[in-house]
This record gives sequence, structure tokens and C-alpha cells, in this order.
Amino acid sequence: MMIPDGIEDEEKWLAEGIAGIQHNAFYMHRALDANNLREVLKYSAQMLSELRTSKLSPHKYYELYMRAFDELRKLEMFFKDESRHGVSIVDLYELVQHAGNILPRLYLLCTVGSVYIKSKEAPAKDVLKDLVEMCLGVQHPIRGLFLRCYLAQISRDKLPDIGSEYKGDSDTVVDAVDFVLQNFIEMNKLWVRLKHQGPGRSREKLEKERSELRDLVGKNLHVLSQIEGVDLEMYKDTVLPRILEQVFPDEYHLQTLETLLGACPLLQPTVDIKTVLSQLMDRLSNYAASSTDVLPEFLRVEAFAKLSSAIGRVIEAQVEMPIVGAITLYVSLLTFTLRVHPDRLDYVDQVLGACVKKLSGKPKLEDSKAKKQVVALLSAPLEKYKDIVMALTLSNYPRVMDHLDNETNKVMAMVIIQSILKNTSCISTADQVEVLFELIKGLVKDLDGTDVEELDEEDFKEEQNSVARLIHMLYNDDPEEMLKIICAAKKNIMNGGPKRLPFTVPPLILSALGLIRRLQGREGDLTGEEVPATPKNIFQILNQAIEALTTVPSPELALRLYLECAEAANDCDLEPVAYEFFTQAFVLYEEEITDSKSQVTAIHLIIGTLQRMNVFGVENRDTLTHKATGYSAKLLKKPDQCRAVYACSHLFWVDDLDGIKDGERVLLCLKRALRIANAAQQMINITRGSSGPVTLFVEILNKYLYFFEKGNPQVTSAAIQALIELITTETKSDSTAPDAVSDPFFASTLRYIQFQKQKGGAMSEKYDSIKV
Amino acid sequence: MDFLVGAFKPPCNVSISFVDTKTRKQVPLKKDNGQTIMVPLFQSQENIIGEVLIEPTQGKKFEHNGVKIELLGQIVVLVIGGLSHYTWPDSILASSVLFSSVAELYFDRGNFYDFTSLVRELDVPGELFERKTYQFEFSTVEMPHESYNGINVRLRYILKVTIGRNYISNIVECQDFVVRNFTPPPSINNSIKMEVGIEDCLHIEFEYGKSKYHLKDVIIGKIYFLLVRIKIKNMELEIRRRESTGSGPNTYVETETLAKFELMDGAPVRGESIPVRLFLSPYELTPTYRNINNKFSVKYYLNLVFVDEEDRRYFKQQEITVYRLLES
Repeated sequence: MMIPDGIEDEEKWLAEGIAGIQHNAFYMHRALDANNLREVLKYSAQMLSELRTSKLSPHKYYELYMRAFDELRKLEMFFKDESRHGVSIVDLYELVQHAGNILPRLYLLCTVGSVYIKSKEAPAKDVLKDLVEMCLGVQHPIRGLFLRCYLAQISRDKLPDIGSEYKGDSDTVVDAVDFVLQNFIEMNKLWVRLKHQGPGRSREKLEKERSELRDLVGKNLHVLSQIEGVDLEMYKDTVLPRILEQVFPDEYHLQTLETLLGACPLLQPTVDIKTVLSQLMDRLSNYAASSTDVLPEFLRVEAFAKLSSAIGRVIEAQVEMPIVGAITLYVSLLTFTLRVHPDRLDYVDQVLGACVKKLSGKPKLEDSKAKKQVVALLSAPLEKYKDIVMALTLSNYPRVMDHLDNETNKVMAMVIIQSILKNTSCISTADQVEVLFELIKGLVKDLDGTDVEELDEEDFKEEQNSVARLIHMLYNDDPEEMLKIICAAKKNIMNGGPKRLPFTVPPLILSALGLIRRLQGREGDLTGEEVPATPKNIFQILNQAIEALTTVPSPELALRLYLECAEAANDCDLEPVAYEFFTQAFVLYEEEITDSKSQVTAIHLIIGTLQRMNVFGVENRDTLTHKATGYSAKLLKKPDQCRAVYACSHLFWVDDLDGIKDGERVLLCLKRALRIANAAQQMINITRGSSGPVTLFVEILNKYLYFFEKGNPQVTSAAIQALIELITTETKSDSTAPDAVSDPFFASTLRYIQFQKQKGGAMSEKYDSIKV
Repeated sequence: MDFLVGAFKPPCNVSISFVDTKTRKQVPLKKDNGQTIMVPLFQSQENIIGEVLIEPTQGKKFEHNGVKIELLGQIVVLVIGGLSHYTWPDSILASSVLFSSVAELYFDRGNFYDFTSLVRELDVPGELFERKTYQFEFSTVEMPHESYNGINVRLRYILKVTIGRNYISNIVECQDFVVRNFTPPPSINNSIKMEVGIEDCLHIEFEYGKSKYHLKDVIIGKIYFLLVRIKIKNMELEIRRRESTGSGPNTYVETETLAKFELMDGAPVRGESIPVRLFLSPYELTPTYRNINNKFSVKYYLNLVFVDEEDRRYFKQQEITVYRLLES
């Protein structure tokens, strides 16, 4: 008959192990007879070292263990009799701990420990606690299980139970139960770990081994049941929850779900069933997450349905349960659902629905813990799916949010926005946009009953910036849908009130301009005016949006946006639209922008934009440039005037092929700038008694050089020569103090001229007549 | 003729004894020749009192240049720093026999540093006719360093009687004794606590209750596993002694593992906390010696070692201070 190698080897190893035990036991017996403690400890440790083997299956290991167990009984007898070894039990308890190897050490410690308890020199609970703690050192599943089994066995008759001689004043039955439970929990952990033993062992074999060992673990329950001090009350309050919480392997829980859950609503309200249930669900979800193999099991036992109804029943039965408890349960259930049934959005919605039901008819949540739980509840699906669109399809989602107070609502809205931004998920339909804005309405508009008290400015800014970023996430490639999205977004944004609009309108405008640019790119595809998604239509919408900003009032921002739009209209070849936007910008400038600093910025923006416009006919352009130059000359401060006026010169000289090139008016602008600069210089002379810096003159000189190089016939080398001389005299005059800015500026301008003169070619010839 | 006899045979027997030999504690001391003898134990600032007995052999008189007794505290460095710098003659290198004999010579001679040297003159030059005893007393002797018998270095205390003689070698007799000094418990004794790990493999947090232990102390602690991705076979705690002799480039370091104590058998999972309880009494430790007379140091380390299933070792070493607590 063939015997598989493995089994044959195991027999051999077992035989070797037994021989080792017998050999050392022989010397141990001799030492016992001679009452030689030193030798006894030496040989007993060597004997126990045989139990360190990893080669045996649990079944064979048990045989070996039983041999050692018998020998340990003799050892215990010896330890008990102090007259034989002359060492006090306390010292003996230390002495055995000198052993270098942990397994023999702990077997000896348990053996001495048992004698120690009997001696009553220390409270039983202390010794038991020490033993059960020290046994943590053996983490190997099989060796650990047998060691703890030994511990359970030697301690059985020494528990401080009711009626036991070891029950002292401080040792109570609670300690006995604690000890047995802890040992039981540790054994269970080891037993569960057996499953994850290294590869190379067939699953079948593993399972067989585990079932062999299950009895060892079960013995603890037997011991527990024999502790007389455990009455029903204690069982319910202490024992059952702890067993339920920790000890059973996950799959066991799964299979007995129904029984377990059936018992839950029946428990007394004093039992913290909430914790038990949520821990159970957390564990099951972790179990589900650990391997995809186990998921079918969950489906088979209909775990969700059972849990869901159990929670319903528990909440119903325990009317006293605070709302936070109920929500915590729903959070656990939701986590469970997301892990086990990620594809079942309807389950998620169902859980949320149940939560809505629980919350409905109650005032808005006040308890901060409860609020936190709701936020957790609502955040879970976002984290799981990383896609807000999923959440948007959950009908109960906004309904749950309705039960939050304004502040929490905002927190939740921020969570949603952060989730979208983090996952860069696009919101791609107008319907979704509507739902989304409904969810984050706390941020988008003032809710009823918002506290009048001042909001934190910085928080508000951050919120609104997030909303602004969110607007950029609303996107669809299809222009039609995109337009709808923009309209939907605009509708919601417009209700935001004066404080929010400056944050939210710009991104909307820019997003819409983006659409316009896209349309412009695919002009050929579009057919006629019937298509609503035309630039023209969009510009109309934009006009309204910006108008809202002007009423805020935030004229500077509105002006910038008008100019942006004008430029976009320019690129779309829509002259009337562009003109309209410019008009709006000028109106704003005239009526709303009063601060002189803002005026300077605004006029430069206008000039810059206007310079780039090529859509206008002569008449329109003239009107606008006339306006711009006019406003430039009317600025308050002379230097500002001067700079705006010379900037205007560019309006008459566009350096394109077909650009306007009106050299005469350029020169007019420059001359006017010179006059203003001169006037400014004189003013300084009068008020301060010394000439101001020549910066403005040098700036104008640079403009001259620019137009000179561009070939403006009106700008002559003679004029430049004159200007250089003017500046030179000005700087050399006694009344002028050297200036750190203008002097180097002038010097480097001269260097530039020198360079142009020397570099050769046509440009050098042009510069030839200029002397520096 | 007298001279010749005296040259071959000592003209007298010398013995040194302590006044409190009967009551004083005796401790074993390993001699250079490997023998262990029992010698008296002292601590710093004790009085060392006794007598020297000189017995002329065969009742013959002999002349001497004076008798003195010295109390010496010596550090003997057994490895000479200069050894490696010594240029060996080629002939010696060619012969391994010679080589070893030269090395032994070097080794045996050692380097002696006397850090304590006290002298008492017992007798003026003269003649000795019959047995004579001399009382001696060294009071409150400063003996700051403990006797130490290391691998490369020894610290020893001796009483040395010298009978000076003309033209021929002096008569010398030595008596060893051992010094141990006690320290009160340290006022500050922080725990050693640290989180260490190998990225994505193993993260642990260990804690030893104290950083200073007396010789019969117990190390209590725990090892907490934050992350376990390697297959650990077992975990041990080692006590290592590091003896360094010399200084600068001529420092000789010997490390001995005095204890290997298994803390854990098998592989833990995340979240497991393993207790540590190691009694120091079974191991032959000395106190920590830091830079004794600029000649040597003895330091102790706890080395936490993890062995994985492929027998790779991962470890973290922490210094502990060992001190000698006054036994009550």
C-alpha cells in the first residue's frame, strides 16, 4: 500500500518528538528524585522544546502535547512541595522566566502559576491576568492554541468563581469571566489566523485542521458556562456583547446572521445593541472587502435585507434611542452596502430613505454628534463612487440634506464640492446641474433663517472660491447641452446676492466664453440662426449676467468682463455685439468708476482691448478711440494723464498687415503727452522748487523710438534728436537732483540707440542721423 | 656565597593579610593564569588595614634596602594600539612560529597604567634576623573605578610589598582585591519609546519601561505591531556588551552577546502587542563604565531582533545604562 510521503514524514517527526520528550523526561525524573531544582528546570525546558516543532499537523501535535502534559503534572507536584526544592513560590515564578525560549518558558510559567494561585500568596486574578497576558508572546497559531489550551486547563479549578476558595475580596466572578473571555478571544484570533497560513497547504487540508482545533477553542465556552457566578444579567450585559463583538470568525457571523439579528430587538434597552450591531456590520464589511470570493455568500444569505430590517426593528423597538444612535446604525449599514453591493445604488437610496423617514417630522438636528454622523452618511457614497453623478441620482440624498441645519448643510456642500474637485468628475447635463445646485444651495444662496451675525470672511471666501472652481467642472462637449448647463448654472448663481456674485459670475462668464470659442472653432458645422447655441445668444445671456454684477456693485469686475466679452465678440466677427459691450464698459467707466486709481487701471484695460479690436468699422472705431483718448486726458493726476495719452497712440497704429496706421494722430498723441509731461514738470517746479525726475520724458522718448522703428513717417529723427537734447539739458540742470530710476532708464535708452546705430543694416541707416 | 644563595632561593617568605579577613565578603577573581581565587571585596573610601609578615627562610639574616607596601589601581590594556603600526622584520613575517611568539610577547606584556598609587614605608634599610610583622593602613582610599575583567582590558587593584635589595632583584609579593562601587537609584529614569520600521514591510512601536537598570533589575516593556507585511518567524531581545579600548584610530571594540531571549514565537498581525519581561539577574553584567581614565568604556545595549522565515534578521539597538544598586 502506498503511503503519501507527507504522512510518512509526519509519523517520523512525531516519533522523533516523542523520543525527545521521553529522553529529557528521563533525566527530569532523575533530577526530581534528587530534588535538584536546577537540573529539573534544565531538563523540563529541554523536554518542552520538542513542542516548538512546526512540522506536525494539529492532530499529531496534540499527541505530542499530551505526552508533555503528563510530564508537566509531575513537575507541578514537585513545584508544589517547597521542602523539596527550597525555593519560595514567588522566586520560582521568577526563576522559570529565565528560560531563553519562549514556549518552554510559558509552559513552565503556567505550571508554576497554577501552584502560585493554590498557594494563595497572590490574588488569583493577578496571576491569571499575568499568565493570559504573557501568553501573547506565542503568536504561532497551533503552538499558541495549545499553550492557551494548557492555560485554560490548569486554571479551570482555580477561577475566582462564586463558591470557589479563590474568590477573595478583590477577586470577583467578573475577573473569572474576564480571564476566560480574554483567553477565548485570543484563541479565536489564533484559530482564525490558521486560515491565512502560508501557501503550499491545500485549502481542504487547512479546513480539516481548523475543524480539529475548533474543539480546543470551544472548551472555553464550556468553562464559561460552568462559572456559576455568571447569571443571566451578566451574560446579557457583559458576556454576550463581547462574544458577539469579537470572537466569532466573520463567516460564522454571516451564516448565523438571522438568528443573531432576531435576538437583537429582544434585548433590553440597557444593552448597547447599537454598538454591537454597528461593529458587526463594520466587521462584515471588512470581511467583504478582504476578498471578492466571499461576496456571493453575502448575496446568498441576503445580508442586506436582513440587516436592513433588523435595524428597522431595533430602532422601532428602542424608542428611547437617541437620534445619533439611529444614524450611526444607518452609517454602518451604508458602509456595509457600499462594500458588499457597490452596484446596488437602490440599496444606498433605500438606506438614505430610511434615514429620511427617521428624521422626518423632527426639528432640524441640533446634536453635533448626530450632525457629524449625517455628514458621514452622506460622504460615504461620494468616497465610494468618487463620482458625484451617482449621488445625484439618489433621490433621497437631497432630502437627507434638508434635515441639516444651515451650517452643517454648508459643511456637506463643501464635502460634495471637494469630492468633485478631487476626482475631477464632470457634471455633464443640465439636470445634474440642477440637482447639484439644489444640494449645495447652502453655499449658493442665502437660506431662510441664516444667522444675521457676521460670517467669517475667510471661510466665506473659501466657500465661494470652491463654488467658483466647481463651475468649471460643469462641462459637456456638446454645445447644446453645454448651453443648457450654463443657463441652469446662471439661474442658480443669479440668486446668490451681492456678496456671492463677484465670486461666481466670472467663472460662469469664462466658461461661457469657452463655449463661444469652441463654437467659433466649428463654425462650419452650424446651420443658420435657428440653432440656439450661437455665440450671439450666449452673448445675450452673458450681458444679463454681467449686468447683475454692476448692480452689486462691482463695476471694476464688470468692466473687465465686458471687455473680455467684447474681445470674444470681436473674434466671432460680431461687430454690433462688440460695440454694445464696449458701450457698456464706457458707461460703467463714466458712471460707476469714480476712484482715480481704478480709473487708471480701467482706462488702460480699455485701451489695451480696443487696440486689439479689428471688427469695427471706421465710424465705430473713431467713436470709441475718441472716447478713450478723451478719458485719458481727463485723468486726475498729470503723470497718469500723460501715460494714458501716450498709450492711446497705439490705438492709431496697429502693427498688423491690414491694421490701421494713422501716423499723424499717433504724433498728436505723443505731442500731447509731451505737453502734459512738461506741465507736470512745471507743477513740480512750482510746488517743490526743484525739477522732478525725467521719467515721463524718457518713457515718451521710448514711444517715439518705437514708432520711428515701425516706420511712422511723422516721427522723425529730428524730433527724436530734439527730445534727447531736451532730456539731457533737463537732467544736467542744477535744479534737478539725480534720480535712481530715471537716470539709468535714460542711459540705457541711449545705449539702445547707440546699439541700433552700430548693428548695421537698414535700421542703422535709419538711426544714422540721430546723434547721442 | 650569601649572594649566590640569595639569588637562587628567596631569602624570606612574604605574606599579606587583612585585618578583617573573617568578616569581609570574598568574591571570586579570575587570575591571568585562568585560576579563580577568592579575594576580599572593598568599595571606595574604605580603610584598607592589615599586616605584612616577613619570615626569613632557615632563620638566616639578610640585608635589605627598606620595605614598602603600595596600593595600586591599574588598568591593563591587553591589545596594544601600536601593534598595527609596528613594522615587522621580514624574517619574522617569514616564520609563523616566530610571529606568534612575538605577538604573545606583545600581548603578555600589556600596557599598565596606574591611576592610583599609594605607598607606605614599612622599614628603613637594615638587616632582618627573624620573622617580623608590619602593620599597614590605607585610610579612606579613593577607588573610583570598579575592578573589571574584560576581553581587551582589565582594571585591577593590588597590594604590593617590595623588599629592596642591593645588586640583586627586589623581592616582590602581591595581593589582589576587588572593588565594587554602588550607586543610588537614578533620579531621572525615562522610558525608551520609539516607533521604527521598514517602509511598507514592518512598523513597530517599542517601549522599555526604563533606560537605566540595576544589575538585578527586570526589563519590562511591550512591542506593538503597527504594520506587518513580512513573515516573522520569531522575535528576540538580546543584551549586548560593547567594550571599547583605546581612543581615536586605535580604538578596539569587542561586542559580546550576553543574552538571547525569545520574546515571540510566530508571526503577529497588525495591532498585536507583545509583552517584554526580561530578568537581568541570570546574566553576568557589570555596570556601564563610561570612559574610565580615558582608557576604556563598557556599554550595554538592548537589541531587538526580528527573524523572518527566510532567516533574514532585522534589528534595532538601544543603549541602556546599567548600574550597581546597593544591596540591602
